[in-house]
Amino acid sequence: MSTENTTYRPESLTANRPLLWIAAFLSILMMAPVAWIVGLSIKSNQDLMLGTETVFQLPYTIANYINILHSSQAFGWFFNSLVVACGQTLGVLVLSSLAGYAFARLEFPWRRTLFVIVLFGLAVPEQAVIIARHQMFNWFGLHNSYIGLILPNLSSAFGVFLMTQFFRAIPKEIDEAALLDNASQFRIFWKIMLPLTLPAQATLGIFTFLYAWNDYWWPLISATRKEMFTLTIGIASSQTNFAQSEGLGFLSAQAVFASLPVLIVYLIFQRHIVTAVSGGAVK
Amino acid sequence: MAESYRRSHWKNGLFVLPYLSVFVVLLVFPLAWGVWLSLHKVDLFGPGRFVGLNNYVRVLADPVFLQALRNSVVFVAFSVPTLVVLGLFLALALNRTTRATSFFRGLFFSSSVLSVTIVTLIWRFVFIPGDGLMAVLFEQVGLPPIGFLSTSGWSLFSVGVATVWWCLGLPMMLFLAALQQIPSDLYEAAALDNASPLRVLTRITLPSIARTIMLVAIIQIVMQFQLFGQAQLMTNGGPNGTSRPLVMYIYEVGFVRWDVGKAAAASEILFLIILCAAMAQYVIATRKPEASE
Repeated sequence: MSTENTTYRPESLTANRPLLWIAAFLSILMMAPVAWIVGLSIKSNQDLMLGTETVFQLPYTIANYINILHSSQAFGWFFNSLVVACGQTLGVLVLSSLAGYAFARLEFPWRRTLFVIVLFGLAVPEQAVIIARHQMFNWFGLHNSYIGLILPNLSSAFGVFLMTQFFRAIPKEIDEAALLDNASQFRIFWKIMLPLTLPAQATLGIFTFLYAWNDYWWPLISATRKEMFTLTIGIASSQTNFAQSEGLGFLSAQAVFASLPVLIVYLIFQRHIVTAVSGGAVK
Repeated sequence: MAESYRRSHWKNGLFVLPYLSVFVVLLVFPLAWGVWLSLHKVDLFGPGRFVGLNNYVRVLADPVFLQALRNSVVFVAFSVPTLVVLGLFLALALNRTTRATSFFRGLFFSSSVLSVTIVTLIWRFVFIPGDGLMAVLFEQVGLPPIGFLSTSGWSLFSVGVATVWWCLGLPMMLFLAALQQIPSDLYEAAALDNASPLRVLTRITLPSIARTIMLVAIIQIVMQFQLFGQAQLMTNGGPNGTSRPLVMYIYEVGFVRWDVGKAAAASEILFLIILCAAMAQYVIATRKPEASE
């Protein structure tokens, strides 16, 4: 549709310079709180006792970060978060790929009805089920366990929806050849279809990982023993005895430390995340 | 032709069985169980007796619930338009692929990947009296300090600022995606007519993404009605419950006071509110003005 002989660029009507300057100003406002907390994290707690305006003066120190290594339980929580987030990601990928493949490319009784029912699951918010789930997990003694923390979000319909979309996009000819060779359905899925959806797997995987890592309400009520806290809950629990025992500098360092994994994941996979966010909206 | 190889077979259904069982056990059953709980008097020691709609009556007559409902509505009424307008503005400003714009896009979206506890920790350090960034700035300029987290009115406002900061990335990205979809010949026609940028914005750009604007607004309504962690961690709902949202009410009734039946009833009411918004979203999302696919 583009015309080569015109120098006209449609974007220039929106993305003009004054707008960009305002956006740059907003980005400074956006970063100011982060700069503040990073600043606090490299000041000693003694200096901060005198007043937090000392952030703008030397000396700086990495003592707060070293203290994380020694004194806090942050590493245990970090490990818990890692287990829960990886477990959930793996589970969601397996369940969603299998279901998405069948919904998109196979015929079986009640396929359409079942898919519509699953789609309704997208509209169920966490608080509509969380009380009942809490009771159920109580019956089976699953609280304060990795299984208990991983299981609930495996029921999310988002992954199935996303994988169904991706499997639908693969041209029919590809598995028809294999069907003629009498390959089994699972073989076709495993050997031919699944490798084609690797970008989708990456997208869904990153999303699930970030969601699991940041999940707040379920771990808050399920993991009540301190050693089963996820990092998110652990940080929340140390916020309550704010500035008393541990000090502003230490808490700031803990916050920076806790946000590093997700920010690293974000920086590496930024493109996948952007595609997923915008792709989901346009379709 | 090859369709004969795609015959319907129950064995094909085995692929969906693992997910469906998880779906039924962890979503369908709890959903039904939640309704059952809301109709019974239940406490920590297990299911009790049937009380009909009594729990709903107790919730609706609870001034704390009504206050929380009001807080949530006020919060949604202020945060959602802010998110939509700011997100739209950023999308318009950054709708070009240069090194600078992709840097800014990445930056504005980066806060969205943080957990609620990090976000609230950051903003508490901004708003706390005495040591916070705002307090330090106010002191430098010579303004009297404001108790951002402890004054009624200001506390919900502060929670809102943190929330907008946290959630801004998604609306921006959705708007950017929609802007990319606008056919460029529309703009070319406008350029031939020498239309002013403002005219192009109001006559071409905004009408073309009207559906996305509605969609983003509804997604945000659904999300912001679920406000919980920010309020709990920043203000603990205070002072006097003036920043306690609905979800926090459910949490306190259900998991602090263990009045499970009442909490279940309150969560069904919230579910109903969110369901209405989700239905609206579904209707708008499936209504396709351009016959593409």
